[in-house]
Order: sequence, then C-alpha cells, then structure tokens
Amino acid sequence: MLEGLTPTSILLNEKELSSAKNTLKTNQLPTTRMEAWKYTRVAKLGKTNYRSSEASIDSVENYTIAKDATTVVFVNGHFSEELSSNEMPEGLSISPLSACMEGEIDSTNLVLEGEIFNALNTAFLTDGILVDIDAKAVIEKPIQIIHVLKGEATLSNFKTIIHAGDFSKASVIQGFFAEDAEKAFANVTSEISVGTNAFLTLDKIQYEAENSSHICTEQVSQEKDSTFTINTITLNGGLVRNNLNIEVNGENCETNLNGAYLLKGKQHVDNHSVVDHKVANCNSNELYKGVIDDNATAVFNGKVFVRKDAQKINAFQSNGNVLLTDNASVNSKPELEIYADDVKCSHGSTTGQLDEEAIFYLRARGLSEKSARQLMVSAFVGDVLEKIENEDVLNYTHRLLKERFGWEFE
Amino acid sequence: MIKIKNLHASIDGKEILKGLNLTVNAGEVHAIMGPNGAGKSTLASVLAGREDYEVTEGSVDFDGEDLLEMETEERAREGLFLAFQYPVEIPGVSNINFLRTAINEIREHKGEDSISAKDFMALVREKSALVELDAKLASRSVNEGFSGGEKKRNEIFQMAMLDPKLSILDETDSGLDIDALRIVANGVNTLKSDKNASIVITHYQRLLDYIVPDFVHVLYDGKIVKSGPKELALELEEKGYDWIKEEMAAQ
Repeated sequence: MLEGLTPTSILLNEKELSSAKNTLKTNQLPTTRMEAWKYTRVAKLGKTNYRSSEASIDSVENYTIAKDATTVVFVNGHFSEELSSNEMPEGLSISPLSACMEGEIDSTNLVLEGEIFNALNTAFLTDGILVDIDAKAVIEKPIQIIHVLKGEATLSNFKTIIHAGDFSKASVIQGFFAEDAEKAFANVTSEISVGTNAFLTLDKIQYEAENSSHICTEQVSQEKDSTFTINTITLNGGLVRNNLNIEVNGENCETNLNGAYLLKGKQHVDNHSVVDHKVANCNSNELYKGVIDDNATAVFNGKVFVRKDAQKINAFQSNGNVLLTDNASVNSKPELEIYADDVKCSHGSTTGQLDEEAIFYLRARGLSEKSARQLMVSAFVGDVLEKIENEDVLNYTHRLLKERFGWEFE
Repeated sequence: MIKIKNLHASIDGKEILKGLNLTVNAGEVHAIMGPNGAGKSTLASVLAGREDYEVTEGSVDFDGEDLLEMETEERAREGLFLAFQYPVEIPGVSNINFLRTAINEIREHKGEDSISAKDFMALVREKSALVELDAKLASRSVNEGFSGGEKKRNEIFQMAMLDPKLSILDETDSGLDIDALRIVANGVNTLKSDKNASIVITHYQRLLDYIVPDFVHVLYDGKIVKSGPKELALELEEKGYDWIKEEMAAQ
C-alpha cells in the first residue's frame, strides 16, 4: 500500500518522523484479533494501491456548511488557496502546514509507536492546517475546514492542529466530502490543545462516499477551567473509524462528546472514544446515537478513565442504537475504569428496533408508514442533534439527511 | 356510514370474530358491550387495520369504500379514528408536531392545502380546552409520563383535532375516575354531530350514563347476539352476562 507514495515534505519534528517510519517498518495493519480492532476490518486498505494526487474542484459551494465563516479548503489533502478565505479575523492565524517553517510545527502528543495509521499519516503527510487562536481572542465566525476527496484510490494524509489560547473562544467546523471519488481514503489526525479557561467547539460532518474509507484520530488535551465540545455527525462513508482521545489535564473542565451516525447499505462506522480524567472536579458527558439500516454495521467503544485522586468527577456516557433491519448490526461497549473513590459516573448502552406499536399508533392517526418511521428516527437521534448549537451545522445536517435518506426532520 | 357484514377475523390461527354484523349511520352512537374475551377489542383492531389480525370472511363498507382493502393510514385519512385502549408512549415525538403532520397528510390526501401555523395553534388551544388538557401536556412527547386519565384525554384531544367521521372508542372509560370520565364524555358529546358517528366499546354501563347511546349491542363469542335501546345497558349492568350466555346455550 505504500508503493507509489511520496514521503512527506512537511517540516515535521525529525524524531517523530523517524518514529513513524519505524512503526511502518515493524507493524502490519491491525487485524480483528486485536482488541481495539475486533469489529472493524481494515485488511482491504492494504490491498489497494493508493496514490497521493493533486486535484481541483470547480466550486466549494456544495460543501459550505456555514456561509459566514473563515473557510479553508483542501482537495485530496492539498491546500486550495483560491477556494479559501483570504481574510483572517483578529486573534486568529491559520496556515497550511506546507507553508510552516522548520520548528513551527511543535512536537505532538500523537501516539506513533505501534499506531500504524498515525505513523502513515505522519511519514506521508500530504498537508494540513495549523490553527492558532490567540489568548483571550473571541473568534465570532466559525473556522471552517473543508476536505474533499477526488479521483481513484486517492489517499490524503491530513493533519489538523488547533491551539486554543488561554481564555479564547472559538468554534471549528470540519467537513469531509468526496466528489467523483472511487475507493478514496482519508487518513486524518487532529491535535487539539485547549488552553486555560478556553472554550472550543468542534463540529465534524463526515459525508464521503459509500466506497471510501476514513480513519481519524483526534488527540485532545484540556487545561484547567476549559470547555471542549465535539459533535461528530457521520452520514456517509464505506469504512469510518474515529478515534477520539481526550486528556483532561486540569481541574474544573467540561468535556462534551456527542455523536450521531446514520448508516445504510454496507457502511461500517466505528467510534472509539477515550476520556481520561487525570485530575479532580471535572465533568464529562458523552452521548452517541446511531440508526443502522440495510446491512450496515456500527461499533461504539467508549472508555472513561478516572485516575487515582481524580475525585468529584461526574462522567456520563450513553450509547443508543436502533436497527432498522434484521441484517443491521452494532457492537457497543461502554467502559468505565475508575481508580478514585468519590465520583459520580454512569454508562449505558441500548440497542433495539423502532417500536412497531408506536408506528401503528402514528399510522392510525393518518401518518404514512414512512412519515411515522421518520418521526421515530428523528426523535431518536434528535437528542444528539439538539446538542449542536451552530444553526448552520444543524441545517446542513438536515439537508444531508434529506439528500441521503429522504428524511425530513423538523 | 359503516356496514359490517359477516365479519370473521382470527389471530395466530384462532378465530375471534365469528360472523359479526353491524350497521352504523351518521348521527348515531352505538355502544358495544360484552364479557371479557368476547372480541370487543379485536373488532376495534380489525377496523383500524392492525396487521396481526387476519380477516378470513366478510366485508366492511365504509362510506361506499371497501375498508378492509385500505392501509391503516388510509382508513384514518378517510375519517376513521380509533381511541386506543392503551395509548402508546412515544418518547421524543411531540404530540403537537405529530398531529400537525397527521393533519397535513390527511389534508394532502383530500387535495387540500396545509394548515397554517396560526390556524393550527388556534385549533390546539380550542380542542385542548375541550378536554381540559393542559397546553403543556399537548406539546410534550406523546403520552410520555402522562397519567392514565391524561392519556385518555389526549386520545379525545387527538380525535377533536382530526375531526373524524367515525370514532371507535375502545374502553376509553376503563381506569378513569368520575371527573376524568365526565371530561372525556363531555368531549365526545360536544364533538357529536349529524355527520359523524361513534362506536363506544365498553365493559361498564357507567360510561353510558354520560355518553348516551342510540343502540346497545351485546358482543358475545365473536358475534353480536343482542341489540336494543339504551335500556339494554342497564339490564346488563344489573343482571350481568350470564343470562345472555344461557339464552345462547338454549338456542
């Protein structure tokens, strides 16, 4: 799979580069015998001869989630200057990684040892973006990062780095799309640091193609008094794996992780999350809900660590799934690992079908079966969608739901 | 309005309705009484189109149309309403939103325009007042966390909103205290006109003090075995169903 790929020309930290290369040399693709990949098969990625290629798209209009935003566009992982905003609000600096000087991209906390996708991303990094939010800056307009895959067997190794300065407030929207793409693969890493008392929201929409693959690792660290919220909406993609790792390093932090995944066909979507409460007096809330149709499969694995002495932690985790057919399936594994003794933590997982009696009830009032089912689905994922504060993101999500599923939610 | 002829229906191969005949005209209220297991709720379910039941024989003519050929939602759109014996709780689905969808789908079916938000809200206010249903309850999730009485009042509220031709009230009185019963009955009586009709299925005569029927029918072993004026209900209350059973056995 590595033949035909060009090693990265981005000026990354040398030590990390060599660690990544070493991992690629000594590791194979994960198999289902490994616990973290038990339900997600990635062998087919190894059988495809990916290539990194530049491409252009005519317009970004269709992928524009928020109209009034600072927008940066990447096609196949390559920066598209003409489609990106050229004005920056005060307190914000954005730069493609390819334009960064040596030493500008600081060393990261991304795990490279044994993590083959992170290593692949690093050693063959196509490009990425460095978002620097100044301390005390309040960025009103969202920062919108649009990533479009195009062409056959295209591989984009893409990296997002976000530094949210102390006392800053900003929101970032990430949209992943595909256009005329066959068997494309986005291998993405994000490194996000949320400074003291900073507020950062990340809304992520994944809408690639039924034959594309997307593997993403987000490594987040939070300093004291900060709030980090991530909403992950996955609506299209053949194989999608999201690794979301959040380290809560300071006290009095709030962490919100919400996810909605609506699958059909033969899609496979796997959400793995880790919230690591290292210190006391923090809250985390995790809510992931999925609706799985046809032969699609989903995986949820959510882990919450509460370290020794991390007292007074409130950590809540919930995963719910609705299977619309007999062939749809989900593997859900909520996990808590608690080493402190004065905490409030809960986790739960439910999987079921739509309540047929409720559908009959709605039909008996004149709703078509389709409307009745749509209403029930909408009520189910509505819990997650209502957490999205950005109206543009919500509207765009509704648009995609209609486009892909014919569902109109109110 | 509805002509049920020789209706046979079974569930899981077991025959419950065994040749039921009933004709209801516009402007009439019919009460159907009978002992447990006689087939009262089966009749309601079959008329509403519940798929668990199989109609093996007979016909149901609803205003000139073959009711049994219609899907559940088509029956509702043509003006048939079933007040459920056990109203379903639907978390996350707002009472009001789903009713607006229902009204608009019914209007679309009839080739009419959608209801405006303003008219709809006025209708909600008017009809919820009719059954003394708190406006807050009207906008909450369907039946979620409602008391038994609130659920039944919500059924009548929905009936009022949808303005059906034929309403079937399936044991709407069961479990209601006298205050709730009065409210429900008052709602039904207010909605009554010479253009619509009701079939009131009940176990107890008490309801019929408040909703006065034009006819009372006794359903026993899958058939209507006796019909009479409203006084029949009093007789049943007094003597129970045993004399009917004896009469049937004697025949």
